[in-house]
Amino acid sequence: MSTATQADQAAPGSVPARGLTAGPGLGDRGFRWLALGSGLLVLVILVLIAISTSQQAASWFSTEGWGIFGTVWDPAANKFGATPFIYGTAVTGVIALVMAVPVSIGIALLLTEVVPFRIARPIVYVVDLLAVVPSVVWGLWGILVFAPWIQHIYADIGSAVTGIPVLENLFGPPTSGASFFTAGIILAFMITPIVTSLSREVIATVPAVDREGAYALGATRVEMIRGVVWPHSQGGVVGAVLLGLGRAMGETIAAALVIGSSPTITSHLFSTGYNMPSVIANQFGEATGVFRSALLGLGVLLFAFTIIVNVIARAIVERSARRARGA
Amino acid sequence: MAVLTGQQSPDLQEPAGWRRTKNRIATILMWLSFVLAIVPLIFVLYTVIAKGISVISWQFLTSPIPPSVLPADAGGVGPAVLGTLEITALATVIAVPLGILGAVYLHEYGGGNWLSRFIGFMADVMTGVPSIIMGLFIFSIWVLKFGFSGLAGAFALGALMLPIVIRSTDEMLKLVPDTLREGSYALGASKSRVTLTVVLPAGAAGIVSGALLAVARAAGETAPLLFTILGGLSTANPNPFSGANIALPMLIFQNASSPYPGAQARGWGSALTLIAIAFILMIAARFVTARYARYQR
Repeated sequence: MSTATQADQAAPGSVPARGLTAGPGLGDRGFRWLALGSGLLVLVILVLIAISTSQQAASWFSTEGWGIFGTVWDPAANKFGATPFIYGTAVTGVIALVMAVPVSIGIALLLTEVVPFRIARPIVYVVDLLAVVPSVVWGLWGILVFAPWIQHIYADIGSAVTGIPVLENLFGPPTSGASFFTAGIILAFMITPIVTSLSREVIATVPAVDREGAYALGATRVEMIRGVVWPHSQGGVVGAVLLGLGRAMGETIAAALVIGSSPTITSHLFSTGYNMPSVIANQFGEATGVFRSALLGLGVLLFAFTIIVNVIARAIVERSARRARGA
Repeated sequence: MAVLTGQQSPDLQEPAGWRRTKNRIATILMWLSFVLAIVPLIFVLYTVIAKGISVISWQFLTSPIPPSVLPADAGGVGPAVLGTLEITALATVIAVPLGILGAVYLHEYGGGNWLSRFIGFMADVMTGVPSIIMGLFIFSIWVLKFGFSGLAGAFALGALMLPIVIRSTDEMLKLVPDTLREGSYALGASKSRVTLTVVLPAGAAGIVSGALLAVARAAGETAPLLFTILGGLSTANPNPFSGANIALPMLIFQNASSPYPGAQARGWGSALTLIAIAFILMIAARFVTARYARYQR
């Protein structure tokens, strides 16, 4: 690092000394500005996203005031409350995490603690393939194949829990194959690769000495994982899980196809619902005026939520990585 | 830890009883989680291939899109294939050079100062911004003024690719040994010359493979295109710089909710085409990396 900086200072001075024209010096400076500009583009885009979408959403914010968090979304009656979608986003996100996190951590542990490298690599490829399948293909499969199939399972569960308090309210009979739960499952498939790969990175930073120490004391593998790997990588795994949550919150097209598209707030997980990105995707085409402004406003809220989740998650991951390097 | 129970026989075999059972259960659970992850993958790939392969033909890939009511053997998805190729290529041309330059700033010029660390952090955060937001963003600043076009779609996909390219390039630049840089400076080369003729070529394979993976990701995105290229065309719009356009992911999205078997069949065919494009890009990336690894050795 420091050598590069010193060379940076030396380079412009050395150019005239070699008796060359001013050309290269100018080009050198120009290149530097070009590079800086490209780097700053990231910040510029993030700021512009916030400003431009908020501007377009202004009429929703101003006409509704705190009503933006109302519980009724009815474009025909000019009522644009965001709560059903925020609720749907939270519900599908939680369902996705409940299913994806144990599986992802399981795979991450399998890769780091159980199998040798030459078997781990193909497993990584295969799990990453889950991320290569485009969102819309998950949606197509979800609505044409998966939803009709799982509807029967929902119906069975629904009739099995009838009469049991609480469970009856959560897993009551389905209205169709498309539901909060179907969307949650599809999202779980989609976020598994990222949660797995980040957890694996975190777990791989556990010092080999600590592992060997635990084995030397006679610990079995699972005892070693609980005693050494888990305390060491807990924080980083939480960060990985939050990043998965961020993905699940913003994943649009798959959810738009399988969530059932009805803005309702209900405890029934097998009933049709809606979440923030899917309502934007499904209704934007027909929207004008305050309606369109409200959809853009949902985008602003979604942007804010995902930025908050991502900043926290990245900070956690980075802190745990730095601590691992220090240890 | 409660784990280390102390009084143990010097027997180095796997401990008997409950501890061994628990260990085995844990190992089985780990394998089970892998199986749980690949089962949906196998089902999706199987369905897409089984339903898509019978639809795909040269005619399917090049013919105009027929009305949804027509059966699977009528027409094709030509305009969407053309649109996907054009828009993805434009997005690549926009995002990859900017991403590489951005990474050059982060690693070669910033050298770990607060600004470059902040930009790197925000690039990470930006990879987590939902793709639909990029679509709304380009809609707000571009489409409202200049109308729907393939270019607008390319901007949205480019915004999505930019942080991915920055991050993967940055990782590659870290692997380029400092001695290469120092050697070039010792020969009197300027910083821009060192970067362009020594550092970037040294990391080229990794940079290219990272860029290909970013392209593969962008090619399958639907949400950013919804608000930028509009879709709904039946004939090709060869001009990506003006007028509404169509792409494979958007066509799949339209057809997925269609009740007509012909439209659904075209959806499956498009899905297979899209996955094939993503796979080709991914294999190309692996191929480039593999060659690079051999060259390194």
